[in-house]
Amino acid sequence: MTNSTKSWNQIVPKPKKSLYRWGIYIVLAVIYVWAFAGVPVNGIKETAGQVTRSILSGLFSPDWDYVYLPDGEDLLRGLLDTLAISILGTLISTVVCIPLAFWSAVNMSKSRWTSGSGKIMLSVIRTFPEIVMAILFIKAVGPGSFAGVLALGLHSVGMLGKLFAEEVENMDSGQTEALLACGASKLQILWFAVIPQVLPGFLSYTLYRFEINLRSATILGVIGAGGIGTPLIFALSSRNWDRVGIILLGIIVMITLIDMISGAIRKKLV
Amino acid sequence: MKPVNLSTNHSLKRPNPPSKMKHYLTVVIILLLLWGSAVQSDSTLRELIQGLPNMLDLLKEMFPPKWSYLDNIWDAMLETIRMAIIGTTIGAILAIPVALLCASNITKKSIIFYPVRFILNLIRTIPDLLLAAIFVAIFGLGPLPGIFALSVFSLGLIAKLAYEALEAIDSGPIEAMTASGANSLQIIAYAVIPQIQAHFMSFTLYTFEINVRAAAILGLVGAGGIGHYYEVTLGFLEYDKTCMIIIFTLAVVLLIDYASTKLREKLL
Amino acid sequence: MIEVRNVSKTYANGTKGLDQINLTIEKGEFVAIVGLSGAGKSTLLRSINRLHDISEGEILINGQSITKAKGKRLRMIRRDIGMIFQSFNLVKRSSVLRNVLSGRVGYHSTLRTILGKFPSQDVDLAFAALDRVNIVEKAYSRADELSGGQQQRVAIARVLAQEAKIILADEPVASLDPLTTKQVMDDLKRINMELDITTIVNLHFIDLAREYATRIIGLRAGEVVFDGPVSEATDERFAEIYGRPISKDELLEEVTL
Repeated sequence: MTNSTKSWNQIVPKPKKSLYRWGIYIVLAVIYVWAFAGVPVNGIKETAGQVTRSILSGLFSPDWDYVYLPDGEDLLRGLLDTLAISILGTLISTVVCIPLAFWSAVNMSKSRWTSGSGKIMLSVIRTFPEIVMAILFIKAVGPGSFAGVLALGLHSVGMLGKLFAEEVENMDSGQTEALLACGASKLQILWFAVIPQVLPGFLSYTLYRFEINLRSATILGVIGAGGIGTPLIFALSSRNWDRVGIILLGIIVMITLIDMISGAIRKKLV
Repeated sequence: MKPVNLSTNHSLKRPNPPSKMKHYLTVVIILLLLWGSAVQSDSTLRELIQGLPNMLDLLKEMFPPKWSYLDNIWDAMLETIRMAIIGTTIGAILAIPVALLCASNITKKSIIFYPVRFILNLIRTIPDLLLAAIFVAIFGLGPLPGIFALSVFSLGLIAKLAYEALEAIDSGPIEAMTASGANSLQIIAYAVIPQIQAHFMSFTLYTFEINVRAAAILGLVGAGGIGHYYEVTLGFLEYDKTCMIIIFTLAVVLLIDYASTKLREKLL
Repeated sequence: MIEVRNVSKTYANGTKGLDQINLTIEKGEFVAIVGLSGAGKSTLLRSINRLHDISEGEILINGQSITKAKGKRLRMIRRDIGMIFQSFNLVKRSSVLRNVLSGRVGYHSTLRTILGKFPSQDVDLAFAALDRVNIVEKAYSRADELSGGQQQRVAIARVLAQEAKIILADEPVASLDPLTTKQVMDDLKRINMELDITTIVNLHFIDLAREYATRIIGLRAGEVVFDGPVSEATDERFAEIYGRPISKDELLEEVTL
């Protein structure tokens, strides 16, 4: 057996792992050593276990009374607020990004510079975290839901604009050509040939972004931009674990429900 | 519409136009939703217009950015990247068994893959910053809760992408391995992993890109990284420093995105 | 009347699409343009309504130069020229009726058409056009629910609703099976005869060209190498146009068998 293996190896030599590959392994190893060496391991508080147990027990015995309080801040109003922020934020970003998408679509502009500049702008907007935008908007319109709406609205433009532009670029040019041949004006071509083609895609992406915005809206309260995040941070810092439990449950239920509804609509659209 | 005789000179049989009720109803529902949302979140156009001068003032104060502040935030940025690397790695490793358990073509029993998928979906509903806030409450301030938050978040994302890719793999090699009497671990090693590993690496890199962005803001809830400095500078109204943080983060994120995208293109 | 005067087209990479073309097409003619793929058939057709710009020469439609026309004038000339495409180019997600009505947009202001306020005569015209191609019962179906042959008939209805005086058809049957090919060509021929609409068709199958056209124009490498009545377009002349004997896939009959 060993004998025959040897002879086969002589006939078909096993390919050696290239130097390039070893280089990658070494770079990876260095990165990981560097990354792990910088982490403080002694940072865990001795109360960690106890707190975890408290949160878990809070999740299983939530503060049901908090769901609805006749006067003032309760779970339902917080969730509704979160939902409202994400709906309006999505609307704003959709309205703002449609012209930007056409601007940055290659097949809609005459020169590559136009579409290129649009794409760069969209990707710069995309890299701005919504939470940082929210901080800036709070300075402008004061703390509250509206700052959150504006932050989500502006941040989502980056991603939605990119997706919309791709949808426009994937359009069938024959349909616009047919309208052009009928003697249609630019606006008529847009309305009769472009919009019907891109609308379902636009709507589907808008809903998808809405799902993402809903998740983002739950955390905007952390910095005072409205929604369920504010009571959550209060509950966390005052160690009111039962309340943390009910708020987490509320968030999970709401997001799951909205995902299901939005997913069902999106399936119908395409 | 009345039937009209035309050049063809016979009255036309026309089908009845479909009802437009559904369209009108949809529009009404959407408008109601928007109106309700505007009321609920106290959003008015007037407030925005009134606030605009404030924003312009803020922007004026942000420029020019204070370049020298770079020295102070350099270490925090390195910590941010470290957190992203470790969080992504832990998440990716944990995601492997979870993805295999979720995939219906590998875990054949629906009593296993449905509950696991359900739990995975639950994990994915909680945003990363929220996870970080909870972990900060448990472990105290510092990068450790941030790493845990990113790990859980990455687990959710990678496992979902990976199990969807797993369900799309070619079933032929699995059949061939089953036919030759392989056990399930052998099937995974010889028929599944070779088909999926490039995708898996790509998903991990993609998650890493997202995690760098996320890690840069986790500091807002005390979970380490450069985000902490937003609070510091904004608290003292030093907007030129805030601007420096934003620009630095933007540069690092774009650089990592670029490198990662190139790597991913090579993988697939 | 279409007058093509000394028309040449050179692409950006230097290749010649059209080379010194001179043609006069009278009202009511049914012209078939034949030639190998890449011979410039499509370029010539698209130059007539200026979907493609030409590099040299001039094209006159009923005495008006489309080459020099701009903006509204160009759109008005285009309004009188209907076009039918190989891939139908219907707006797939819109209803058949809306597709046909879109042929009318050139007659009304942008605002009016966008609000969907087509006059009732236009709607009647659209139905009459659909009736002429025997597809009126599909008026409210979505265009992508129709078969290829039906879609091409809707495209013909769109041109009819447009009240075009000239029809340009760019390989109208290349995506269709032999049976629907015959129906679509019959429709085109009937419209040409009954309404006296000048029709120019690019065709791959030379037997179709012989069967339906009154005049055949042969192109090779962007030049007109044949121009005459069907009776003169013998197999030998076609062999000249193609630079080789006719092959079987250029005859619909042969492909069908």
